Amino acid sequence: MTATLPERRSLLGPAVRVFEHHLLVYRRVWKSNVLGSVIRPLLYVLGMGLGVGSLVDDGPRADTALEGLTYFEFFAPAIMATTAMQILTNDALWPIRGGFVWFGTYHNQRATPIDAGDVVTGVLLWHLAKGVLSAGGVAVVLLLFDGTRTAALLPAVVFAAFAGIAYSAPLIAFSASRETDLAYPNIQRFVIVPMFLFSGAFYPIDQLPGWMQTVTRLTPIWHGVELCRGVVHGSLEFVNGAGHLAYLLVWLVVGYVLSRRVFTAKLGV
Amino acid sequence: MDTDEPLIRARGLEKRFGDFEAVKGIDFDVHRGESFGFLGPNGAGKSSTMRMVGAVSPVTGGELRLFGLDPATDGKAIRARLGVVPQQDQLDEMLNVEDNLVIYGRYFDISYAESRAQARKLLEFVQLEDRATSKIMPLSGGMKRRVTIARSLMNDPEILLLDEPTTGLDPQARHVLWDRLYRLKQQGVTLVLTTHYMDEAEQLCDRLVIMDEGRIVAEGPPAELIRVHSPREVLELRYPAGANAEQGPALEGIGARQEVLPDRVLVYADDGEAALSEVHRRGASPESALVRRSSLEDVFLRLTGRTLVE
Ligand SMILES: Nc1ncnc2c1ncn2[C@@H]1O[C@H](COP(=O)(O)OP(=O)(O)O)[C@@H](O)[C@H]1O
Ligand SMILES: [Mg+2]
Repeated sequence: MTATLPERRSLLGPAVRVFEHHLLVYRRVWKSNVLGSVIRPLLYVLGMGLGVGSLVDDGPRADTALEGLTYFEFFAPAIMATTAMQILTNDALWPIRGGFVWFGTYHNQRATPIDAGDVVTGVLLWHLAKGVLSAGGVAVVLLLFDGTRTAALLPAVVFAAFAGIAYSAPLIAFSASRETDLAYPNIQRFVIVPMFLFSGAFYPIDQLPGWMQTVTRLTPIWHGVELCRGVVHGSLEFVNGAGHLAYLLVWLVVGYVLSRRVFTAKLGV
Repeated sequence: MDTDEPLIRARGLEKRFGDFEAVKGIDFDVHRGESFGFLGPNGAGKSSTMRMVGAVSPVTGGELRLFGLDPATDGKAIRARLGVVPQQDQLDEMLNVEDNLVIYGRYFDISYAESRAQARKLLEFVQLEDRATSKIMPLSGGMKRRVTIARSLMNDPEILLLDEPTTGLDPQARHVLWDRLYRLKQQGVTLVLTTHYMDEAEQLCDRLVIMDEGRIVAEGPPAELIRVHSPREVLELRYPAGANAEQGPALEGIGARQEVLPDRVLVYADDGEAALSEVHRRGASPESALVRRSSLEDVFLRLTGRTLVE
Protein backbone atom coordinates (compact mmCIF):
# COMPACT_ATOMS: atom_id res chain seq x y z
CA MET A 1 0.00 0.00 0.00
CA THR A 2 1.75 3.12 -1.15
CA ALA A 3 0.07 6.45 -1.52
CA THR A 4 0.01 8.03 -4.93
CA LEU A 5 -1.42 11.39 -4.12
CA PRO A 6 -1.91 14.10 -6.69
CA GLU A 7 0.00 17.30 -6.17
CA ARG A 8 -2.00 20.01 -4.46
CA ARG A 9 -3.87 21.83 -7.16
CA SER A 10 -4.42 25.13 -5.47
CA LEU A 11 -3.68 27.03 -2.32
CA LEU A 12 -7.36 27.16 -1.49
CA GLY A 13 -7.76 23.38 -1.99
CA PRO A 14 -7.51 22.26 1.64
CA ALA A 15 -9.89 25.02 2.79
CA VAL A 16 -12.41 23.92 0.17
CA ARG A 17 -12.31 20.41 1.68
CA VAL A 18 -13.34 21.92 5.02
CA PHE A 19 -16.12 23.76 3.21
CA GLU A 20 -17.21 20.47 1.63
CA HIS A 21 -17.52 18.90 5.04
CA HIS A 22 -19.98 21.60 6.07
CA LEU A 23 -21.86 21.14 2.84
CA LEU A 24 -22.17 17.40 3.45
CA VAL A 25 -23.55 17.99 6.94
CA TYR A 26 -25.88 20.69 5.61
CA ARG A 27 -27.33 18.27 3.07
CA ARG A 28 -28.99 16.50 5.97
CA VAL A 29 -30.73 19.59 7.31
CA TRP A 30 -31.16 21.83 4.31
CA LYS A 31 -34.89 21.29 3.82
CA SER A 32 -35.94 22.53 7.23
CA ASN A 33 -33.22 25.15 7.08
CA VAL A 34 -34.24 26.61 3.73
CA LEU A 35 -37.89 26.57 4.68
CA GLY A 36 -37.08 28.40 7.89
CA SER A 37 -35.01 31.01 6.13
CA VAL A 38 -38.02 31.97 4.00
CA ILE A 39 -40.89 31.51 6.45
CA ARG A 40 -39.26 33.36 9.31
CA PRO A 41 -38.54 36.58 7.40
CA LEU A 42 -41.96 36.36 5.77
CA LEU A 43 -43.74 36.41 9.12
CA TYR A 44 -41.39 39.04 10.35
CA VAL A 45 -41.72 41.33 7.41
CA LEU A 46 -45.49 40.96 7.37
CA GLY A 47 -45.87 41.50 11.09
CA MET A 48 -43.53 44.44 11.43
CA GLY A 49 -43.95 45.96 8.00
CA LEU A 50 -47.70 45.92 7.93
CA GLY A 51 -48.38 46.39 11.63
CA VAL A 52 -45.89 49.07 12.57
CA GLY A 53 -45.94 50.31 8.99
CA SER A 54 -49.61 51.27 9.07
CA LEU A 55 -48.97 53.33 12.18
CA VAL A 56 -45.92 55.10 10.83
CA ASP A 57 -47.01 55.63 7.26
CA ASP A 58 -50.19 57.39 8.35
CA GLY A 59 -48.37 59.38 11.01
CA PRO A 60 -47.67 63.12 11.00
CA ARG A 61 -44.02 62.82 9.83
CA ALA A 62 -44.55 60.16 7.20
CA ASP A 63 -43.11 62.22 4.35
CA THR A 64 -39.76 63.11 5.87
CA ALA A 65 -38.91 60.66 8.65
CA LEU A 66 -37.84 57.71 6.48
CA GLU A 67 -36.06 59.36 3.58
CA GLY A 68 -39.29 59.25 1.58
CA LEU A 69 -39.71 55.48 2.00
CA THR A 70 -42.69 53.66 3.42
CA TYR A 71 -41.96 51.94 6.69
CA PHE A 72 -41.94 48.58 4.93
CA GLU A 73 -39.49 49.79 2.30
CA PHE A 74 -37.30 51.25 4.99
CA PHE A 75 -37.10 48.29 7.29
CA ALA A 76 -37.42 45.23 5.04
CA PRO A 77 -34.04 45.36 3.21
CA ALA A 78 -32.27 45.87 6.53
CA ILE A 79 -33.57 42.49 7.68
CA MET A 80 -31.24 40.85 5.17
CA ALA A 81 -28.23 42.16 7.06
CA THR A 82 -29.59 41.50 10.55
CA THR A 83 -30.64 37.96 9.60
CA ALA A 84 -27.16 37.15 8.27
CA MET A 85 -25.68 38.59 11.46
CA GLN A 86 -27.94 36.58 13.73
CA ILE A 87 -27.48 33.28 11.96
CA LEU A 88 -23.74 33.58 11.53
CA THR A 89 -23.05 34.74 15.06
CA ASN A 90 -24.90 31.69 16.29
CA ASP A 91 -22.83 29.52 13.95
CA ALA A 92 -19.69 31.15 15.30
CA LEU A 93 -20.42 30.01 18.84
CA TRP A 94 -21.55 26.43 19.61
CA PRO A 95 -20.64 24.82 16.27
CA ILE A 96 -17.07 26.05 16.69
CA ARG A 97 -16.86 24.45 20.09
CA GLY A 98 -18.29 21.30 18.54
CA GLY A 99 -15.46 21.23 16.02
CA PHE A 100 -12.88 21.31 18.80
CA VAL A 101 -14.49 19.46 21.67
CA TRP A 102 -17.73 17.61 20.96
CA PHE A 103 -17.01 16.13 17.55
CA GLY A 104 -13.29 16.69 17.12
CA THR A 105 -13.83 17.58 13.47
CA TYR A 106 -11.03 20.13 13.41
CA HIS A 107 -8.60 17.72 15.03
CA ASN A 108 -9.46 15.13 12.39
CA GLN A 109 -8.92 17.61 9.61
CA ARG A 110 -5.65 18.72 11.14
CA ALA A 111 -4.41 15.11 11.06
CA THR A 112 -4.62 15.20 7.25
CA PRO A 113 -2.88 17.60 4.84
CA ILE A 114 -5.15 20.37 6.14
CA ASP A 115 -3.57 23.02 8.36
CA ALA A 116 -5.19 24.97 11.17
CA GLY A 117 -5.27 28.04 8.90
CA ASP A 118 -7.03 26.05 6.18
CA VAL A 119 -9.68 25.05 8.71
CA VAL A 120 -10.39 28.70 9.50
CA THR A 121 -10.54 29.66 5.83
CA GLY A 122 -12.88 26.76 5.13
CA VAL A 123 -15.18 27.60 8.03
CA LEU A 124 -15.38 31.23 6.88
CA LEU A 125 -16.07 30.19 3.30
CA TRP A 126 -18.94 28.17 4.67
CA HIS A 127 -20.16 31.10 6.74
CA LEU A 128 -20.13 33.25 3.63
CA ALA A 129 -22.27 30.66 1.85
CA LYS A 130 -24.57 30.36 4.84
CA GLY A 131 -24.87 34.15 4.93
CA VAL A 132 -25.86 34.17 1.26
CA LEU A 133 -28.43 31.44 1.93
CA SER A 134 -30.00 33.20 4.89
CA ALA A 135 -30.02 36.68 3.35
CA GLY A 136 -31.22 35.02 0.14
CA GLY A 137 -34.23 33.68 2.01
CA VAL A 138 -35.16 37.20 3.00
CA ALA A 139 -34.60 38.40 -0.56
CA VAL A 140 -37.05 35.78 -1.83
CA VAL A 141 -39.65 37.22 0.52
CA LEU A 142 -38.91 40.78 -0.58
CA LEU A 143 -39.52 39.77 -4.19
CA LEU A 144 -43.15 39.32 -3.23
CA PHE A 145 -43.64 43.01 -2.53
CA ASP A 146 -43.79 45.85 -5.03
CA GLY A 147 -41.72 48.21 -2.91
CA THR A 148 -38.71 45.87 -2.80
CA ARG A 149 -38.96 43.87 -6.01
CA THR A 150 -35.68 44.74 -7.70
CA ALA A 151 -32.57 43.12 -9.17
CA ALA A 152 -30.61 45.08 -6.60
CA LEU A 153 -31.62 42.43 -4.06
CA LEU A 154 -28.78 40.39 -5.51
CA PRO A 155 -25.93 42.71 -4.46
CA ALA A 156 -27.84 43.27 -1.22
CA VAL A 157 -27.61 39.55 -0.47
CA VAL A 158 -23.85 39.70 -0.98
CA PHE A 159 -23.53 42.78 1.24
CA ALA A 160 -25.61 41.14 3.95
CA ALA A 161 -23.48 37.98 3.88
CA PHE A 162 -20.37 40.12 4.02
CA ALA A 163 -21.69 41.93 7.08
CA GLY A 164 -22.42 38.52 8.59
CA ILE A 165 -18.86 37.23 8.27
CA ALA A 166 -17.53 40.54 9.55
CA TYR A 167 -19.21 39.35 12.75
CA SER A 168 -18.43 35.69 12.66
CA ALA A 169 -14.70 36.06 11.90
CA PRO A 170 -13.80 37.76 15.21
CA LEU A 171 -16.42 35.78 17.09
CA ILE A 172 -14.90 32.49 15.88
CA ALA A 173 -11.60 33.60 17.39
CA PHE A 174 -13.37 34.40 20.64
CA SER A 175 -15.38 31.19 20.97
CA ALA A 176 -12.41 29.03 19.97
CA SER A 177 -10.29 30.64 22.66
CA ARG A 178 -12.76 29.93 25.50
CA GLU A 179 -12.22 26.92 27.74
CA THR A 180 -15.98 26.55 28.27
CA ASP A 181 -19.14 27.65 26.48
CA LEU A 182 -20.47 29.53 29.51
CA ALA A 183 -19.92 32.96 27.95
CA TYR A 184 -21.72 32.17 24.70
CA PRO A 185 -25.30 33.04 25.77
CA ASN A 186 -24.07 36.34 27.15
CA ILE A 187 -22.51 37.20 23.80
CA GLN A 188 -25.91 36.81 22.26
CA ARG A 189 -27.81 38.60 25.01
CA PHE A 190 -25.48 41.51 25.60
CA VAL A 191 -23.72 41.97 22.29
CA ILE A 192 -25.76 40.68 19.38
CA VAL A 193 -29.29 41.51 20.52
CA PRO A 194 -28.47 45.15 21.40
CA MET A 195 -26.68 45.58 18.09
CA PHE A 196 -29.76 44.22 16.38
CA LEU A 197 -32.05 46.67 18.16
CA PHE A 198 -29.79 49.67 17.63
CA SER A 199 -28.63 48.75 14.14
CA GLY A 200 -30.77 51.34 12.37
CA ALA A 201 -32.91 48.56 10.93
CA PHE A 202 -36.10 49.66 12.63
CA TYR A 203 -35.74 53.45 12.74
CA PRO A 204 -33.22 56.00 11.45
CA ILE A 205 -30.40 56.32 13.96
CA ASP A 206 -30.77 60.11 14.07
CA GLN A 207 -33.62 59.31 16.46
CA LEU A 208 -30.94 58.29 18.97
CA PRO A 209 -28.95 60.62 21.25
CA GLY A 210 -25.72 61.80 19.67
CA TRP A 211 -23.33 59.54 21.55
CA MET A 212 -25.43 56.48 20.75
CA GLN A 213 -25.33 57.37 17.08
CA THR A 214 -21.55 57.32 17.29
CA VAL A 215 -21.60 53.91 18.95
CA THR A 216 -23.99 52.57 16.37
CA ARG A 217 -21.79 53.77 13.54
CA LEU A 218 -18.97 51.71 15.01
CA THR A 219 -20.95 48.48 14.92
CA PRO A 220 -20.56 46.52 11.69
CA ILE A 221 -24.28 45.82 11.49
CA TRP A 222 -25.15 49.47 10.90
CA HIS A 223 -22.87 49.44 7.85
CA GLY A 224 -24.52 46.26 6.61
CA VAL A 225 -27.97 47.78 7.05
CA GLU A 226 -26.97 50.96 5.22
CA LEU A 227 -25.51 48.91 2.35
CA CYS A 228 -28.58 46.73 1.94
CA ARG A 229 -31.13 49.51 2.23
CA GLY A 230 -29.14 51.84 0.00
CA VAL A 231 -28.56 49.37 -2.80
CA VAL A 232 -32.14 48.10 -2.83
CA HIS A 233 -33.53 51.64 -3.16
CA GLY A 234 -30.84 52.89 -5.50
CA SER A 235 -29.69 55.53 -3.05
CA LEU A 236 -26.27 54.05 -2.26
CA GLU A 237 -23.48 56.32 -3.39
CA PHE A 238 -20.24 54.76 -4.48
CA VAL A 239 -18.06 56.49 -1.92
CA ASN A 240 -20.39 55.61 0.94
CA GLY A 241 -20.71 52.04 -0.25
CA ALA A 242 -16.95 51.64 -0.52
CA GLY A 243 -16.56 53.11 2.95
CA HIS A 244 -19.04 50.68 4.49
CA LEU A 245 -17.41 47.73 2.76
CA ALA A 246 -13.94 48.83 3.82
CA TYR A 247 -15.08 49.08 7.43
CA LEU A 248 -16.59 45.59 7.31
CA LEU A 249 -13.42 44.32 5.66
CA VAL A 250 -11.35 45.54 8.59
CA TRP A 251 -13.44 43.46 11.01
CA LEU A 252 -13.24 40.49 8.69
CA VAL A 253 -9.48 40.66 8.26
CA VAL A 254 -8.74 41.25 11.93
CA GLY A 255 -11.10 38.43 12.88
CA TYR A 256 -9.59 36.11 10.31
CA VAL A 257 -6.03 36.74 11.49
CA LEU A 258 -7.01 36.25 15.14
CA SER A 259 -8.96 33.07 14.33
CA ARG A 260 -6.00 31.60 12.49
CA ARG A 261 -3.82 32.34 15.46
CA VAL A 262 -6.19 30.73 17.96
CA PHE A 263 -6.81 27.67 15.78
CA THR A 264 -3.11 27.17 15.16
CA ALA A 265 -2.44 27.26 18.90
CA LYS A 266 -5.38 24.99 19.78
CA LEU A 267 -4.81 22.41 17.07
CA GLY A 268 -1.05 22.23 17.60
CA VAL A 269 -0.70 21.57 21.32
CA MET B 1 15.60 8.72 0.91
CA ASP B 2 18.06 5.88 1.27
CA THR B 3 16.50 2.49 1.82
CA ASP B 4 18.18 1.71 5.14
CA GLU B 5 16.88 4.87 6.68
CA PRO B 6 14.07 4.21 9.17
CA LEU B 7 10.59 5.52 8.34
CA ILE B 8 10.51 7.20 11.73
CA ARG B 9 13.58 8.32 13.59
CA ALA B 10 13.54 10.09 16.96
CA ARG B 11 16.57 11.29 18.90
CA GLY B 12 16.29 12.97 22.27
CA LEU B 13 12.64 13.70 21.46
CA GLU B 14 10.97 15.93 24.04
CA LYS B 15 7.53 17.36 24.64
CA ARG B 16 6.88 20.11 27.15
CA PHE B 17 3.58 21.65 28.14
CA GLY B 18 4.68 24.83 29.88
CA ASP B 19 6.82 23.67 32.79
CA PHE B 20 5.66 20.10 32.57
CA GLU B 21 7.79 17.64 30.63
CA ALA B 22 5.55 14.89 29.25
CA VAL B 23 8.23 13.27 27.05
CA LYS B 24 11.76 13.47 28.39
CA GLY B 25 14.13 12.80 25.55
CA ILE B 26 13.40 9.46 23.91
CA ASP B 27 15.19 7.67 21.05
CA PHE B 28 13.56 5.16 18.70
CA ASP B 29 13.52 4.02 15.09
CA VAL B 30 10.65 2.43 13.21
CA HIS B 31 11.43 0.56 9.99
CA ARG B 32 9.22 -0.11 7.00
CA GLY B 33 6.87 -3.05 7.45
CA GLU B 34 7.52 -3.22 11.15
CA SER B 35 4.91 -3.25 13.88
CA PHE B 36 6.14 -1.06 16.69
CA GLY B 37 4.55 -0.40 20.06
CA PHE B 38 4.68 2.00 22.97
CA LEU B 39 3.65 0.17 26.10
CA GLY B 40 3.09 2.17 29.24
CA PRO B 41 0.56 3.19 31.89
CA ASN B 42 -1.70 6.25 31.70
CA GLY B 43 0.30 9.44 31.67
CA ALA B 44 3.49 7.80 30.40
CA GLY B 45 3.60 10.18 27.44
CA LYS B 46 2.38 7.80 24.74
CA SER B 47 -0.25 10.08 23.22
CA SER B 48 2.08 13.08 23.38
CA THR B 49 4.64 11.08 21.43
CA MET B 50 2.06 9.87 18.91
CA ARG B 51 0.81 13.39 18.27
CA MET B 52 4.34 14.57 17.54
CA VAL B 53 4.86 11.61 15.23
CA GLY B 54 1.53 12.48 13.59
CA ALA B 55 3.03 15.87 12.68
CA VAL B 56 0.30 17.64 14.62
CA SER B 57 1.98 18.55 17.88
CA PRO B 58 5.18 20.60 17.61
CA VAL B 59 8.37 18.97 18.85
CA THR B 60 9.74 21.00 21.75
CA GLY B 61 13.17 19.38 21.88
CA GLY B 62 15.36 16.82 20.13
CA GLU B 63 14.95 15.54 16.61
CA LEU B 64 12.15 13.78 14.78
CA ARG B 65 12.09 12.65 11.14
CA LEU B 66 9.41 10.80 9.21
CA PHE B 67 10.26 9.55 5.71
CA GLY B 68 13.39 11.64 6.22
CA LEU B 69 11.25 14.80 6.51
CA ASP B 70 10.98 17.25 9.37
CA PRO B 71 7.41 17.61 10.71
CA ALA B 72 8.09 21.26 11.56
CA THR B 73 8.55 22.17 7.89
CA ASP B 74 6.94 19.31 5.93
CA GLY B 75 3.91 18.57 8.07
CA LYS B 76 1.44 18.42 5.20
CA ALA B 77 3.60 16.11 3.10
CA ILE B 78 4.11 13.81 6.07
CA ARG B 79 0.45 13.75 7.07
CA ALA B 80 -0.50 12.87 3.49
CA ARG B 81 1.31 9.55 4.00
CA LEU B 82 0.03 8.74 7.51
CA GLY B 83 -3.12 7.09 8.78
CA VAL B 84 -4.23 8.18 12.23
CA VAL B 85 -6.47 6.40 14.72
CA PRO B 86 -6.70 8.88 17.60
CA GLN B 87 -7.36 7.82 21.17
CA GLN B 88 -10.93 9.16 20.85
CA ASP B 89 -12.76 8.07 17.69
CA GLN B 90 -13.98 11.58 16.83
CA LEU B 91 -16.48 10.30 14.32
CA ASP B 92 -18.91 12.80 12.86
CA GLU B 93 -22.31 12.02 14.33
CA MET B 94 -23.97 14.31 11.82
CA LEU B 95 -22.91 12.01 8.98
CA ASN B 96 -23.54 8.34 8.32
CA VAL B 97 -20.77 5.76 8.42
CA GLU B 98 -19.86 5.87 4.74
CA ASP B 99 -19.92 9.66 4.51
CA ASN B 100 -17.55 9.85 7.46
CA LEU B 101 -15.06 7.99 5.29
CA VAL B 102 -15.85 9.73 2.02
CA ILE B 103 -15.27 13.22 3.34
CA TYR B 104 -12.10 12.06 5.05
CA GLY B 105 -10.86 10.83 1.68
CA ARG B 106 -11.61 14.28 0.29
CA TYR B 107 -9.23 15.76 2.87
CA PHE B 108 -6.50 13.91 0.95
CA ASP B 109 -7.74 15.30 -2.36
CA ILE B 110 -9.14 11.97 -3.48
CA SER B 111 -11.99 12.44 -5.96
CA TYR B 112 -15.53 11.71 -4.74
CA ALA B 113 -15.89 8.69 -7.00
CA GLU B 114 -12.60 7.17 -5.85
CA SER B 115 -13.28 8.10 -2.26
CA ARG B 116 -16.66 6.37 -2.28
CA ALA B 117 -15.18 3.26 -3.87
CA GLN B 118 -12.37 3.25 -1.33
CA ALA B 119 -14.86 3.73 1.53
CA ARG B 120 -16.90 0.71 0.40
CA LYS B 121 -13.78 -1.42 0.06
CA LEU B 122 -12.61 -0.48 3.53
CA LEU B 123 -16.00 -0.99 5.16
CA GLU B 124 -15.85 -4.47 3.76
CA PHE B 125 -12.35 -4.87 5.16
CA VAL B 126 -13.54 -3.94 8.67
CA GLN B 127 -16.66 -6.10 8.17
CA LEU B 128 -19.13 -3.24 8.36
CA GLU B 129 -20.37 -3.13 4.77
CA ASP B 130 -23.93 -3.63 5.98
CA ARG B 131 -23.62 -0.55 8.19
CA ALA B 132 -22.62 1.88 5.44
CA THR B 133 -25.74 4.01 5.77
CA SER B 134 -26.09 3.65 9.53
CA LYS B 135 -25.76 6.61 11.83
CA ILE B 136 -22.79 6.65 14.19
CA MET B 137 -24.71 6.81 17.47
CA PRO B 138 -26.20 3.29 17.49
CA LEU B 139 -22.86 1.59 16.75
CA SER B 140 -21.10 -0.34 19.51
CA GLY B 141 -17.69 0.79 20.75
CA GLY B 142 -15.96 -1.92 18.75
CA MET B 143 -17.81 -0.97 15.58
CA LYS B 144 -16.97 2.70 15.99
CA ARG B 145 -13.34 1.74 16.43
CA ARG B 146 -13.48 -0.25 13.20
CA VAL B 147 -15.02 2.71 11.38
CA THR B 148 -12.18 4.85 12.69
CA ILE B 149 -9.64 2.32 11.44
CA ALA B 150 -11.33 2.24 8.03
CA ARG B 151 -11.25 6.03 7.98
CA SER B 152 -7.53 6.06 8.77
CA LEU B 153 -6.88 3.86 5.74
CA MET B 154 -8.65 6.10 3.22
CA ASN B 155 -5.37 7.51 1.88
CA ASP B 156 -3.58 4.12 1.70
CA PRO B 157 -1.12 5.24 4.39
CA GLU B 158 2.41 3.95 4.62
CA ILE B 159 2.37 4.25 8.39
CA LEU B 160 -0.69 3.67 10.54
CA LEU B 161 -0.63 5.35 13.96
CA LEU B 162 -2.99 3.77 16.49
CA ASP B 163 -3.39 5.35 19.92
CA GLU B 164 -4.80 2.73 22.28
CA PRO B 165 -6.76 0.94 19.57
CA THR B 166 -8.68 -1.40 21.87
CA THR B 167 -8.91 0.39 25.22
CA GLY B 168 -12.41 0.09 26.63
CA LEU B 169 -13.51 -2.68 24.26
CA ASP B 170 -14.76 -6.09 25.33
CA PRO B 171 -12.50 -9.12 24.67
CA GLN B 172 -14.35 -10.27 21.58
CA ALA B 173 -14.26 -6.82 19.94
CA ARG B 174 -10.55 -6.64 20.73
CA HIS B 175 -9.87 -9.93 18.96
CA VAL B 176 -11.76 -8.77 15.87
CA LEU B 177 -9.62 -5.63 15.82
CA TRP B 178 -6.38 -7.49 16.35
CA ASP B 179 -7.23 -9.76 13.45
CA ARG B 180 -7.79 -6.76 11.13
CA LEU B 181 -4.58 -5.09 12.27
CA TYR B 182 -2.68 -8.29 11.75
CA ARG B 183 -3.94 -8.39 8.16
CA LEU B 184 -2.80 -4.84 7.57
CA LYS B 185 0.60 -5.77 8.86
CA GLN B 186 0.70 -8.68 6.43
CA GLN B 187 -0.15 -6.25 3.64
CA GLY B 188 3.00 -4.35 4.52
CA VAL B 189 1.53 -1.39 6.40
CA THR B 190 3.89 -0.15 9.09
CA LEU B 191 2.00 -0.11 12.38
CA VAL B 192 2.84 2.14 15.29
CA LEU B 193 0.60 1.70 18.28
CA THR B 194 0.33 2.56 21.93
CA THR B 195 -1.26 0.37 24.53
CA HIS B 196 -1.33 -0.32 28.21
CA TYR B 197 -2.32 -3.93 27.61
CA MET B 198 0.60 -6.31 27.64
CA ASP B 199 -1.36 -8.96 25.75
CA GLU B 200 -2.01 -6.45 22.97
CA ALA B 201 1.66 -5.56 22.81
CA GLU B 202 2.60 -9.24 22.72
CA GLN B 203 0.04 -9.98 20.02
CA LEU B 204 0.71 -7.11 17.68
CA CYS B 205 4.22 -5.77 18.12
CA ASP B 206 7.40 -7.03 16.53
CA ARG B 207 9.26 -4.63 18.71
CA LEU B 208 8.25 -2.26 21.46
CA VAL B 209 9.47 0.25 23.94
CA ILE B 210 8.25 0.38 27.49
CA MET B 211 7.51 3.94 28.53
CA ASP B 212 7.16 5.31 32.01
CA GLU B 213 6.92 8.94 33.09
CA GLY B 214 8.10 10.27 29.76
CA ARG B 215 11.10 7.95 29.44
CA ILE B 216 11.83 4.72 27.63
CA VAL B 217 12.82 2.15 30.22
CA ALA B 218 13.33 -0.87 27.95
CA GLU B 219 13.25 -1.77 24.31
CA GLY B 220 13.12 -4.95 22.22
CA PRO B 221 10.88 -7.69 20.83
CA PRO B 222 8.29 -8.75 23.45
CA ALA B 223 9.74 -12.24 23.95
CA GLU B 224 13.25 -10.90 24.34
CA LEU B 225 12.17 -8.25 26.84
CA ILE B 226 10.57 -10.94 28.94
CA ARG B 227 13.58 -13.22 28.67
CA VAL B 228 16.05 -10.50 29.61
CA HIS B 229 14.11 -8.88 32.41
CA SER B 230 12.21 -11.69 34.04
CA PRO B 231 12.71 -15.36 35.00
CA ARG B 232 10.66 -17.75 32.90
CA GLU B 233 7.80 -18.35 35.31
CA VAL B 234 5.82 -16.54 37.95
CA LEU B 235 4.26 -18.13 40.99
CA GLU B 236 1.27 -16.11 42.20
CA LEU B 237 0.37 -16.64 45.86
CA ARG B 238 -2.76 -15.33 47.53
CA TYR B 239 -2.96 -15.14 51.31
CA PRO B 240 -5.94 -14.07 53.42
CA ALA B 241 -6.85 -10.40 53.01
CA GLY B 242 -4.24 -8.11 54.53
CA ALA B 243 -1.80 -10.96 55.18
CA ASN B 244 0.18 -10.71 51.94
CA ALA B 245 2.69 -8.22 53.29
CA GLU B 246 3.59 -10.42 56.30
CA GLN B 247 4.76 -13.27 54.07
CA GLY B 248 7.86 -11.50 52.84
CA PRO B 249 10.35 -12.91 55.36
CA ALA B 250 8.98 -16.46 55.13
CA LEU B 251 9.45 -16.51 51.37
CA GLU B 252 12.89 -14.98 51.28
CA GLY B 253 15.32 -16.75 49.00
CA ILE B 254 12.68 -18.65 47.04
CA GLY B 255 13.05 -18.16 43.28
CA ALA B 256 14.99 -15.23 41.81
CA ARG B 257 12.95 -12.48 43.40
CA GLN B 258 9.64 -11.71 45.15
CA GLU B 259 7.19 -8.90 44.67
CA VAL B 260 4.59 -8.17 47.33
CA LEU B 261 1.46 -6.56 45.88
CA PRO B 262 -1.60 -5.51 47.88
CA ASP B 263 -3.65 -8.48 46.67
CA ARG B 264 -0.99 -11.17 46.09
CA VAL B 265 2.66 -12.10 46.29
CA LEU B 266 4.61 -12.84 43.10
CA VAL B 267 7.58 -15.18 43.16
CA TYR B 268 9.75 -15.07 40.03
CA ALA B 269 11.43 -18.37 39.28
CA ASP B 270 12.55 -20.41 36.32
CA ASP B 271 10.67 -23.36 37.79
CA GLY B 272 7.42 -22.21 39.36
CA GLU B 273 6.33 -25.64 40.61
CA ALA B 274 9.60 -26.17 42.45
CA ALA B 275 9.21 -22.77 44.05
CA LEU B 276 5.69 -23.68 45.18
CA SER B 277 6.96 -26.92 46.78
CA GLU B 278 9.50 -24.87 48.69
CA VAL B 279 6.74 -22.50 49.88
CA HIS B 280 4.74 -25.45 51.23
CA ARG B 281 7.85 -26.99 52.79
CA ARG B 282 8.41 -23.79 54.75
CA GLY B 283 4.84 -23.95 56.02
CA ALA B 284 3.82 -20.70 54.31
CA SER B 285 0.97 -22.29 52.39
CA PRO B 286 -1.29 -19.74 50.67
CA GLU B 287 -5.07 -19.82 50.17
CA SER B 288 -4.46 -20.29 46.49
CA ALA B 289 -1.50 -20.48 44.14
CA LEU B 290 -0.96 -20.52 40.42
CA VAL B 291 2.05 -20.81 38.14
CA ARG B 292 2.13 -18.87 34.86
CA ARG B 293 4.63 -17.70 32.29
CA SER B 294 6.28 -14.32 32.73
CA SER B 295 4.67 -11.50 30.79
CA LEU B 296 5.40 -7.91 29.84
CA GLU B 297 3.42 -6.93 32.90
CA ASP B 298 6.15 -8.51 35.00
CA VAL B 299 8.83 -6.73 32.99
CA PHE B 300 7.08 -3.45 33.63
CA LEU B 301 6.74 -4.19 37.33
CA ARG B 302 10.40 -5.15 37.47
CA LEU B 303 11.56 -1.96 35.75
CA THR B 304 9.28 0.59 37.37
CA GLY B 305 8.12 -1.02 40.60
CA ARG B 306 4.52 -0.43 39.56
CA THR B 307 1.78 -2.31 37.75
CA LEU B 308 0.66 -1.26 34.26
CA VAL B 309 -3.06 -0.97 34.84
CA GLU B 310 -3.92 0.35 38.28
N1 LIG C 1 -2.12 19.56 26.38
C1 LIG C 1 -1.54 19.23 27.54
N2 LIG C 1 -1.24 20.18 28.45
C2 LIG C 1 -0.66 19.87 29.62
N3 LIG C 1 -0.33 18.62 29.98
C3 LIG C 1 -0.61 17.62 29.13
C4 LIG C 1 -1.23 17.87 27.87
N4 LIG C 1 -1.39 16.69 27.23
C5 LIG C 1 -0.88 15.75 28.07
N5 LIG C 1 -0.42 16.30 29.19
C6 LIG C 1 0.21 15.58 30.31
O1 LIG C 1 1.32 14.87 29.81
C7 LIG C 1 1.41 13.60 30.44
C8 LIG C 1 1.44 12.53 29.36
O2 LIG C 1 0.18 12.50 28.76
P1 LIG C 1 -0.14 11.53 27.56
O3 LIG C 1 0.89 11.72 26.51
O4 LIG C 1 -1.55 11.73 27.18
O5 LIG C 1 0.07 10.10 28.24
P2 LIG C 1 -0.50 8.68 27.82
O6 LIG C 1 -1.03 8.76 26.45
O7 LIG C 1 0.68 7.75 27.94
O8 LIG C 1 -1.55 8.32 28.81
C9 LIG C 1 0.24 13.49 31.37
O9 LIG C 1 0.69 13.80 32.67
C10 LIG C 1 -0.72 14.52 30.89
O10 LIG C 1 -1.49 15.05 31.95
MG1 LIG D 1 -2.93 8.38 25.75
